[in-house]
Amino acid sequence: MKDLSPLTGAVHHDRIHDSAIKHVTGRADYTDDIAEPAGTLHAYLGVATVTHGTIRTMNLDRVRQASGVVDVLTARDVPGVNDLSPTGRNDEPIFPDTVEYHGQPIFAVIAHSRDAARRAAELADVSYDILPHATDALSAQAAGLPQVTDPLKLERGDVAAGQATAPHRIKARMTVGGQDHMYLEGHIAFAIPGEDDDVIVHCSTQHPSEAQHMVAHALGVPLNAVTVNVRRMGGGFGGKESQMNLFAAVAAIAAKRLHRPVKIRPDRDQDMTATGKRHDFVIDYDVAFDDDGRIHAVDGHFAARCGYSSDLSGPVTDRALFHADNAYFYPHVRLTSRPQKTNTVSNTAFRGFGGPQGVIAAERMIEEVAYALGKDPLEVRRTNFYGTEGRDLTPYHQQVTDNIIGRVVDELADSARYQARRAEILQHNAQGGILRRGIALTPVKFGISFTATHYNQAGALVHVYNDGSIHLNHGGTEMGQGLNTKIAQVLADAFQVDFDRIKITKTTTEKVPNTSATAASSGSDLNGMAALDAADQIKARLVSFAAETWGVAADEVRFLPNAVQIGAEVVPFDTLIRRAYMARVHLSAAGFYKTPDIHWDRAAGKGRPFFYYAYGAACSEVTIDTLTGEYRVDRTDILHDVGRSLNPVLDRGQVEGAFLQGMGWLTTEELWWDDQGRLRTHAPSTYKIPLASDRPRIFNVALAEWSENRERTIKRSKAVGEPPFMLGISVFEALSMAVASVADYRVCPRLDAPATPERVLIAVERLKAG
Amino acid sequence: MDQQTDIRFLLNGQEIIARDAPATRTLLDFLRIEQRLTGTKEGCAEGDCGACTVLVGRLQDGALRYETVNACIRFLASLNGCHVVTVEHLTGPEGRLHPVQQAMVDHHGSQCGFCTPGFVMSLYALWMQTPQPTVTEVETAIQGNLCRCTGYEPIVKAALAVNSYGSPVHDHLTRERDTITARLAALQPAGRVVTGPDDDRAILPADVDDLAQVLAETPQATIVAGATDVGLWVTKLMRPISPVVFVGHLEELKRIDLTDTALTLGAGVTYSEAESAIATAFPHLNDYWARIAGWQVRNMGTIGGNIANGSPIGDTPPVLIALGATLTLRNAAGQRTLPLEAFFIDYGKQDRAKGEFVESLSIPRPQPGQINAAYKISKRRDEDISSVAAGISVTRTGDIITDARVAFGGMSATPRRARAAEAALIGQPWTKAAFDAAANALSQDFTPLSDWRASADYRLLVAGNLLRRFFLEQDGQTSVRLDVA
Ligand SMILES: Cc1cc2nc3c(=O)[nH]c(=O)nc-3n(C[C@@H](O)[C@@H](O)[C@H](O)COP(=O)(O)OP(=O)(O)OC[C@H]3O[C@@H](n4cnc5c(N)ncnc54)[C@H](O)[C@@H]3O)c2cc1C
Ligand code: FES
Ligand code: FES
Repeated sequence: MKDLSPLTGAVHHDRIHDSAIKHVTGRADYTDDIAEPAGTLHAYLGVATVTHGTIRTMNLDRVRQASGVVDVLTARDVPGVNDLSPTGRNDEPIFPDTVEYHGQPIFAVIAHSRDAARRAAELADVSYDILPHATDALSAQAAGLPQVTDPLKLERGDVAAGQATAPHRIKARMTVGGQDHMYLEGHIAFAIPGEDDDVIVHCSTQHPSEAQHMVAHALGVPLNAVTVNVRRMGGGFGGKESQMNLFAAVAAIAAKRLHRPVKIRPDRDQDMTATGKRHDFVIDYDVAFDDDGRIHAVDGHFAARCGYSSDLSGPVTDRALFHADNAYFYPHVRLTSRPQKTNTVSNTAFRGFGGPQGVIAAERMIEEVAYALGKDPLEVRRTNFYGTEGRDLTPYHQQVTDNIIGRVVDELADSARYQARRAEILQHNAQGGILRRGIALTPVKFGISFTATHYNQAGALVHVYNDGSIHLNHGGTEMGQGLNTKIAQVLADAFQVDFDRIKITKTTTEKVPNTSATAASSGSDLNGMAALDAADQIKARLVSFAAETWGVAADEVRFLPNAVQIGAEVVPFDTLIRRAYMARVHLSAAGFYKTPDIHWDRAAGKGRPFFYYAYGAACSEVTIDTLTGEYRVDRTDILHDVGRSLNPVLDRGQVEGAFLQGMGWLTTEELWWDDQGRLRTHAPSTYKIPLASDRPRIFNVALAEWSENRERTIKRSKAVGEPPFMLGISVFEALSMAVASVADYRVCPRLDAPATPERVLIAVERLKAG
Repeated sequence: MDQQTDIRFLLNGQEIIARDAPATRTLLDFLRIEQRLTGTKEGCAEGDCGACTVLVGRLQDGALRYETVNACIRFLASLNGCHVVTVEHLTGPEGRLHPVQQAMVDHHGSQCGFCTPGFVMSLYALWMQTPQPTVTEVETAIQGNLCRCTGYEPIVKAALAVNSYGSPVHDHLTRERDTITARLAALQPAGRVVTGPDDDRAILPADVDDLAQVLAETPQATIVAGATDVGLWVTKLMRPISPVVFVGHLEELKRIDLTDTALTLGAGVTYSEAESAIATAFPHLNDYWARIAGWQVRNMGTIGGNIANGSPIGDTPPVLIALGATLTLRNAAGQRTLPLEAFFIDYGKQDRAKGEFVESLSIPRPQPGQINAAYKISKRRDEDISSVAAGISVTRTGDIITDARVAFGGMSATPRRARAAEAALIGQPWTKAAFDAAANALSQDFTPLSDWRASADYRLLVAGNLLRRFFLEQDGQTSVRLDVA
């Protein structure tokens, strides 16, 4: 027997990202790195300089006459439908007649160079009939602006009755800020016209099928004329789930019109002003509880700044409600959303998709209860965790059957020495002093599946070439999460071949049609299963070929590392493939998967929207300076559940990165609009994401190795992209504790997010003033 | 003497002669568009993300010195006689990964990979300079590099491990040092360099006298030192700035002179170049210095530029004003020296005549009894613009405060002294009450603005609290300030 050394890149083992070497050498090609064909032109968007107003006149003569300009596109030049709404609401024009936010694109310039296009875009002469504007959810509601989609209500039990029996009740409001994705690679699309109606668009997108859809819609051509490709993104985080539509459509329209390749890449300021962000929320909560800290009833109202159009705000605000319980059982509960229209850019998907805003509300309520009763918040958390029968129903009537939060939290509290450190911190703070410390251990339970049930499907295409090399393609997109690596591992495992035999190829609508966004953490759950289905089909053909040819039973054919055992004989994989090919065995297969057992009735607010839950917990310790509000994260310990990890080292990377991103959301990342409705934090110079020196001084991250998904997911793993984002909440609550120390923990500090040094200091001052 | 009319430099192994290079052509566009070296990325075009980080080697006093810079705001014309090293130059001829690259791969330092070439270049420079860095040194080296995916932990681990993959002694930039030095020496211009089209003209004076001459000829010219401000006028605001006079190459403006009584810095001295002299003469500025911008910007940006731009939120003016620094300006007619605080007249208005340039800055060393502190308050600890910056110099004679110079940035239209606060301190006994009074007096000194960095209320409150912190620190209370290290 030869060739039976263990596989490289086997599933459940660490494996470097498939592009790691290309990343470090600068040889990984992103959309802007693709060699441009001769004659490539460059587009740039011209934007509105008012926040709300009807365009009265738009004179683009100076733009057209500017050096290097080839063409100008306005709403009139859209051959198909002038709309980009991902939910078919027709509320998101490519170029509008009425401007609805400051910096909204109103035309595009096409020029020989990007620089020329960018300069020319400044030269428009536009006049407006100014309309009143409202940029935040509350003032927009007061001004009578509508909601962008139907609100959702989740209700279970009898809230009034629950409130009546509870001895304590707290009503309060919290404001939770939004977040810019700040992917390092900004938006970009590059369209190359073909014959007939055809166009190929290279685009940095998490959702090629959506971009294909929108391009076809805007061009007025069938979907089969449009191909969208993406090999990799320089980060997505939800910001490229629908927001690429604008760029893909403009590039494609220009390319078809001029019969030349057209590329569009906004600068960072435009990327940040003209594309959506995480929704910020104003959350009103009313929590009723007893002396033990047990919650009896929760009434929560979630108003979100959605921006001028619906985009994905419906499902985002829905998901905020789906996660307003986090890991806690509410005996009586009513949760309502208000997807509020505002005169700001339309907000969109961002890692967690509204879930984090729901979870932080749950955690704030727990803190309120704890402060009111003078208890350790962790004790209150434990008291309210979902339990067994009778305490296992979510506000949307799904039963929580896979609950492991108790064990996760217990193990973490132990390994992080939560109790001892808390005692020590209390003692430190009791001495007074300028520097105060805080510690918090917060859990997360996160539901996995798209709540739009039809999105939970995926396809893959696998070819085995007759030299034994394998080509892998699937509908998911690579944005750094290592999806391709994991799926290649699944395939390597299925065929029992070395990882390097598998060629990972770009995502393209040509190979796998009708795909869903790589979002909702579902990338490997869905596409991994689809790829496995394809591999299983090919393997079945190989098995029956081998059984027939070697005259053995099918169960005597076994895939060994890089070889196949057929009866007593061991045949190298290559040899078997070659012989199968000569015998005209079909060595290609399209795989498919749809998540079983999920359903959701939005009108009734009932169903099983989630296939399963992922769990985790984080314990963070901070120090604040009560003179300045500055702070430091001294230590964070994390225990996170990814089921049986497909690739532990990549999963840890997701956990660490998500944690820091979640912490950034709640600390230094602040979006700031001026009173004229202009976003003034629109580049890394003004919008501050965490740096290396912001990460916890001690950072211990572990995966719950004992966990295994109860559902039949790919290799019993769990999704990891989004859930750990909410672990950042531990930092926020630790800051809150440090603040609370100045008033001896008698009151739960009024701390809004992000807790910038300024907000921390103001909260300290407020407590000092009593 | 013949005027050179092109820009000559080494790019990786190759000599480049850029004919008619426009003054505002950036190195990043040159690399990506003209050379199709696409390993260097654009993430922001404003010096804030580090995705475009490359190394620039230049001769200083004959010695070759490499440092990281942001290619996005570095003008090509400023590279005359330099060696530009991009990520493509790291991998060995046989395709073997460089120690930095291998460490990054093995520690899973990349996810989406877009930030990665920039990190590789910063870590490369760190390893050449400090092969076995501490965690703090690593964090300082990557202050100017953003990563949105990894959370930095694996990158820091990779950085700490690089040296176990290979020593800088064997690195090809080390091995080729003599050759490159000779090649660069041969590229140094004999006189003035003038290049670029009429509407985007670059002038590189031969020396400081020639600079005075150029400015006399073209007083409307834009002076560019490190371009960490001017670069953004071009990349973000698309402002025309021709003709441009580059001064970053002038060795005479890079003089650092430390005597018993004062530190004198040429206007062209960068933050990095000044670092060790500052640490020696003004140890209280140590931490403060490391919090100005990120490493790449500190390698390019000059103190002269920080002052000359007249910004109300520059970090050096408040601390230098508090120390009693003086500024020397020069033009073809001669020099004049003025107190630094007098230079800032109003928002956007400085005491600098057309044709004048900043030549040097002189900072008196502390007198006995003089207690100095420098504080920076910003939303994010590193690489952020201050919401409030403070320089406090107080002289204590026995138990009496005999002198006080307190200056703030971020509190008004210019960096400015807090006269009322100073008055509240001078002549008072050294007590908490005196500092409380000074803190309260700040509302007479300043009416700060609210913006995205901070509200007016916070600015005023925190400025006062910095005076209180100063007192507490001197009062022997140790833990009144966070230090990340
Ligand atoms: C990412 C980033 C972060 C930053 N962070 C900080 C920070 O934390 N704190 C801070 O204070 N600053 C910060 N800055 C700005 C800081 O780098 C600049 O103010 C720098 O000091 C200016 O020096 P320079 O040599 O780059 O000047 P340039 O950009 O070349 O010039 C700036 C101005 O000074 C003029 N000038 C330059 N030299 C002379 C001279 N000799 N005589 C007359 N005029 C001259 C120029 O004409 C121009 O008006 C940051 C910048 C960036 C890009
Ligand atoms: S591109 Fe961001 S620093 Fe240069
Ligand atoms: S790996 Fe994506 S930004 Fe760093």
